[in-house]
Amino acid sequence: MSNPLPGPHPSGDLQREQRLTEIRRQADQQRRLQIVGARPAGAPFPQASPETGYYQIPLLKEPPWTWEIPLYFFVGGAAGAAAVIGAIADYTGADRELVRDARWIAAAGSVISPALLVSDLGRPERFLAMLRVFKPQSPMSVGVWTLVGFSTGAIATAFAGHLRHRYGPSLPLRVIENAGQMASLTFGLPFSNYTGVLIGATTVPVWNRNVGNLPIYFGASGVGAAVGLLELLGHHKSRALQALGLGAAIFETLEGVHIESRDHSYLDPLKRGPSGWLTRTGGALAGPIPTCLRAASLFINRKRSQSLRKYASWSSILGSLVTRIAWVYAGRVSARDAKLPLELK
Amino acid sequence: MSVTAFLTDSTLCIGCKACEVACKEWNGIDDDGLHWSGFSYDNTGSVGASTWRHVKFVEQPPVPGLGGNAGEQTSWTFSSDVCKHCEEAGCLEACPTGSIVRTEFGGVFIQPDVCNGCGYCVTSCPFGVVERHSKDGRAFKCTFCYDRQKAGLVPACARVCPTESIKFGEIEELRTHASKRLEELRQRGIHDATVYDPRDTTVGGTHAIFIVRGDPRSYNLPPHPEVPTAYLKKAWTSSVIAAGLLLGGTLLAFLSDGKRNARKLRR
Repeated sequence: MSNPLPGPHPSGDLQREQRLTEIRRQADQQRRLQIVGARPAGAPFPQASPETGYYQIPLLKEPPWTWEIPLYFFVGGAAGAAAVIGAIADYTGADRELVRDARWIAAAGSVISPALLVSDLGRPERFLAMLRVFKPQSPMSVGVWTLVGFSTGAIATAFAGHLRHRYGPSLPLRVIENAGQMASLTFGLPFSNYTGVLIGATTVPVWNRNVGNLPIYFGASGVGAAVGLLELLGHHKSRALQALGLGAAIFETLEGVHIESRDHSYLDPLKRGPSGWLTRTGGALAGPIPTCLRAASLFINRKRSQSLRKYASWSSILGSLVTRIAWVYAGRVSARDAKLPLELK
Repeated sequence: MSVTAFLTDSTLCIGCKACEVACKEWNGIDDDGLHWSGFSYDNTGSVGASTWRHVKFVEQPPVPGLGGNAGEQTSWTFSSDVCKHCEEAGCLEACPTGSIVRTEFGGVFIQPDVCNGCGYCVTSCPFGVVERHSKDGRAFKCTFCYDRQKAGLVPACARVCPTESIKFGEIEELRTHASKRLEELRQRGIHDATVYDPRDTTVGGTHAIFIVRGDPRSYNLPPHPEVPTAYLKKAWTSSVIAAGLLLGGTLLAFLSDGKRNARKLRR
């Protein structure tokens, strides 16, 4: 039978005693054991020192948000962008069905978003406490009020449009529809990207060091998802959507290049480990893949072009979702970094 | 009403954890569980939802003189950590319900009857103090014993501290006291003591000042705590740019598409 422990192979009491004596002698003289097999598992243990901080216990607390929040970022981004697309399509006299579908996406997002936001709260029954104040210095407060304005507008527009279509035009319906659309456009613009502000203005290093880009990243992500959803609903012939989808995908590609080309330790959660791979997967699905598919679809015959656009749409939607999950995940990893907040190397 | 503060002098702390116990007793906080950390005598790790005072045990390899010990002995020092009650408090600014308020004593207080547990204050604290309680759902931290102060009493931790390591009083008096104490320590040959009071950062000073020996980073005290409102301007600028790009891009896409369609119709 072999000895599972490394080091000398004691076969008798004398040898064991000699080894013990040697360990004692080394501990006494050097205050540090070099002898093989005498190190406890997991050593060296974290120290409390100016080089390591307090036993490498992270200073910051991890964001406590559950799965609802990244999903909320995805749904809100897509809904906000869809409302803007719907309103502009309406004002420029584009296809009526496109306008109608964009409004329904915005309205659906307006129902799902608050539900996600409320269910993440520690005390969901107290959601309305957020509506007792408006604090411009708090992105969460600004965001909640934006959500309220957006949801009201988007739902009103969709339903008024639906009623007008079904029962014929009337003045009150037209007023509600137009006012709602104006509101969903006005609030949809910030709603599509404010979540970048929300996580950017925090103490989490990977978020706040990217604060100048996060809203643009998230905005592009929302447009990609909204365009994808509209195309999958049957608007795969719209050249305007093709242009928007291509634009968003190019922005997402640039985002990926921007992250990958810089070398900072605060970007590690976006590049290393599981959160890094998730970020890269989301980035590839939202950026280069739909860019290539859409670019290729410009140069081939109509039938194959449409199937390429379909793949691009799926890729963008999935990419947008994975990107949001990845950024929230990266934030958790970043908050666990014991070194950055203490400026340790 | 005077503006009050804590001065926690780690050179007087004996690591008895009476402050932790008194805090839990007075505020009725639940236990933290029984976990063996292996980090000196600290099995709690940090302040959090169920730990509003926390004694840190900085046990280091022998450094001659540090911690008042002889060169050949392990040196260890203790420091009682607490919410810093920042002048520019990240949690207070971030709170969307207005649950977190500034009290008349200068402290930062979470009103438990308003908090809905959104957790945004947790991501906004540069000292990692506020935490959402996993069972209760709301965010909790040191209340600065607002109830006791209202009744003219000293906060429980300061009241119980047997060595007066935790001092409580008027903030400017404590600041003066801290610099006097530093001078006193220097005269005794202790040159590595420093006052931790980050007044030159965006946090703008705190209502919990510390005297520690050696580098404050050994105690997880960050050299440059930043209040996240400092990032707002950059963030909203980016948001406006993103909104402008979306509006402009959508207009451009649909207008040029509309023109193309109109041309087609004419033909």
